[in-house]
Amino acid sequence: MADVAGTISASTLPARYRGPADTAFKVVVVSLSSFIILLAVAMAVMIWLEARPTFRAFGYLDFLTETTWDPVNAIHGALPFIFGTLLTSFLALALAIVPALGVAIFVTEFAPKWLANIINYTVDLLAAIPSVVIGLWAVFNFAPFMRDTFYMPIYLWAEESAPWLVPLLGAPSTYNLATATLILALMIVPYTVALSRDAIGQVPIEQREAAYALGSTRWEVIRDAVLPYARTGVIAGILLSLARALGETMAVAMLIGNRNRMPFTLFGPAATMPSLIINEFREAVEVLHYSSIMAVGFYLFVVTIGINLLASYIQRKLSITKGGV
Amino acid sequence: MSNPVNGSVRMETKDLSVRYGPAIYGIQNVSMPVHANKVTALIGPSGCGKSTFLRALNRMHDLNSDVEITGQALLDGEDIYAPQVDAVVVRRKIGMVFQKPTPFPTKSIYDNVAAGLRLVGIRKKQVLDEAVEKALTGAALWDEVKDRLKSPGGSLSGGQQQRLCIARALAVEPEVLLMDEPTSSLDPASTLRVESLIKQLKDQVTIIIVTHNMQQAQRVSDYTAFFFVGELVEVSPTGTIFGSPREERTKEYLSGAFS
Ligand SMILES: Nc1ncnc2c1ncn2[C@@H]1O[C@H](COP(=O)(O)OP(=O)(O)OP(=O)(O)O)[C@@H](O)[C@H]1O
Ligand SMILES: [Mg+2]
Repeated sequence: MADVAGTISASTLPARYRGPADTAFKVVVVSLSSFIILLAVAMAVMIWLEARPTFRAFGYLDFLTETTWDPVNAIHGALPFIFGTLLTSFLALALAIVPALGVAIFVTEFAPKWLANIINYTVDLLAAIPSVVIGLWAVFNFAPFMRDTFYMPIYLWAEESAPWLVPLLGAPSTYNLATATLILALMIVPYTVALSRDAIGQVPIEQREAAYALGSTRWEVIRDAVLPYARTGVIAGILLSLARALGETMAVAMLIGNRNRMPFTLFGPAATMPSLIINEFREAVEVLHYSSIMAVGFYLFVVTIGINLLASYIQRKLSITKGGV
Repeated sequence: MSNPVNGSVRMETKDLSVRYGPAIYGIQNVSMPVHANKVTALIGPSGCGKSTFLRALNRMHDLNSDVEITGQALLDGEDIYAPQVDAVVVRRKIGMVFQKPTPFPTKSIYDNVAAGLRLVGIRKKQVLDEAVEKALTGAALWDEVKDRLKSPGGSLSGGQQQRLCIARALAVEPEVLLMDEPTSSLDPASTLRVESLIKQLKDQVTIIIVTHNMQQAQRVSDYTAFFFVGELVEVSPTGTIFGSPREERTKEYLSGAFS
């Protein structure tokens, strides 16, 4: 600061030198970001090209609605995996939302600073654990434990007292839909917490004070001022968590049991789009098998991008300054 | 609700001090009465503690755990800082309007005004409708918004938002209304409307208003308190302060020596 202070020439000189640097910076930033965008587009196009034999053989829609995946007989349908992905993701999200919002509200509104710091740190740590490690733990500890402690007794009870539930539950296997969903929920909680925590943290102090000044209790302040104001950010955070759940691969592939045929049951094996891809890409020697895996990948790509776009659309469209809905 | 005699002491502070840290005084040993159904104006240079004092009167400082308060603030003779007193109850009786408009931006205009009433459990639509109309009329906003009560509070102009906040504070019929520079974001026409509103409201509520505008203090207030570097210099009937202040510092401030 001190070296350029003072004279007029000193204050105009740096500006002239800043010109080329600005341009260079702009060129670098623009080319880098367009490179990344191009890369994503190119990837989508490539996947689509590779998937074309499948779309040609079955059609875009029939491939989506076909319930059989049988590479041996060259029948390929994506429905089991799409259904499995949507089911596990939405169930996991439903399980994660309330606890995650609870934690976010607790750390921003109630917890003393030191406790909030500990919780935030733990949550961030949880997000940093590689998914394969969580999967490993779940495979050897969580999954057998859940089967023996919960699924078996529930199933036996259902056989006795609620036979209509049995087809829904299915005979408990070690690796199944329920366990994969629970682990998926555990894995997205940190994201939902972090994103809603940030949204809540951005609520201006004036909004809280206005609610307090009306004679609100702490909870009423959260309900009337904080949550409505943070709503947009929280919804966007939930959608981003959903996108994460949809694309989450490793732990789910390790835990879901990989059954390629509908119908799925809660305690029985199932499959998702990522789990199919990770399990079969090595064995795909037939053109149609290979292209069908690509087609599943293409749909997964489209769904995830779609959710992300929706999230940022909501964030922009429903922003507070425009008054919201 | 007690019905105080016009002009009797409604609120009173005794040696009230607010510290933002170990040695950072916002205000120091302020003792002053606030008369019932009168308007008391707080004046003084920027940073002298007017907002600090005002916020101490409805326990808004409770939200900041670093703030330490000593002394007493009495409402009808009862210390609002006494251990058995609930700050929520205090704030229901002592309303506040802030310098910056703070409507709940996602709530509708109607729901903004009704917010305080719903807090005390009023649910009947007819009662709410009447209270909302009365408060909005009182805040000189009714005619502008009566056809769009459903649109969000954030969609109003700044001046309208401020009048919405006044309506929100009035709807719960507080006993005391604290206003921190309520017209600083308003145009002259809205300012005059709010001022005439303040004069009308005197029958129902005791008002304390912070203002930087000396004309405004003279127009609306019955008493004026002059603060200077965290201390109350003097509080007197407005005519006395502006006519023949007792303190030399008041005289200097009013003549523009340190504004
Ligand atoms: N949150 C805070 N933390 C620390 N110090 C504060 C805080 N708020 C106010 N102060 C200090 O307390 C003193 C009084 O501030 P206050 O806001 O009450 O002044 P004011 O008279 O309302 O000024 P203005 O006319 O500018 O609004 C100032 O010195 C200010 O810096
Ligand atoms: Mg102030």
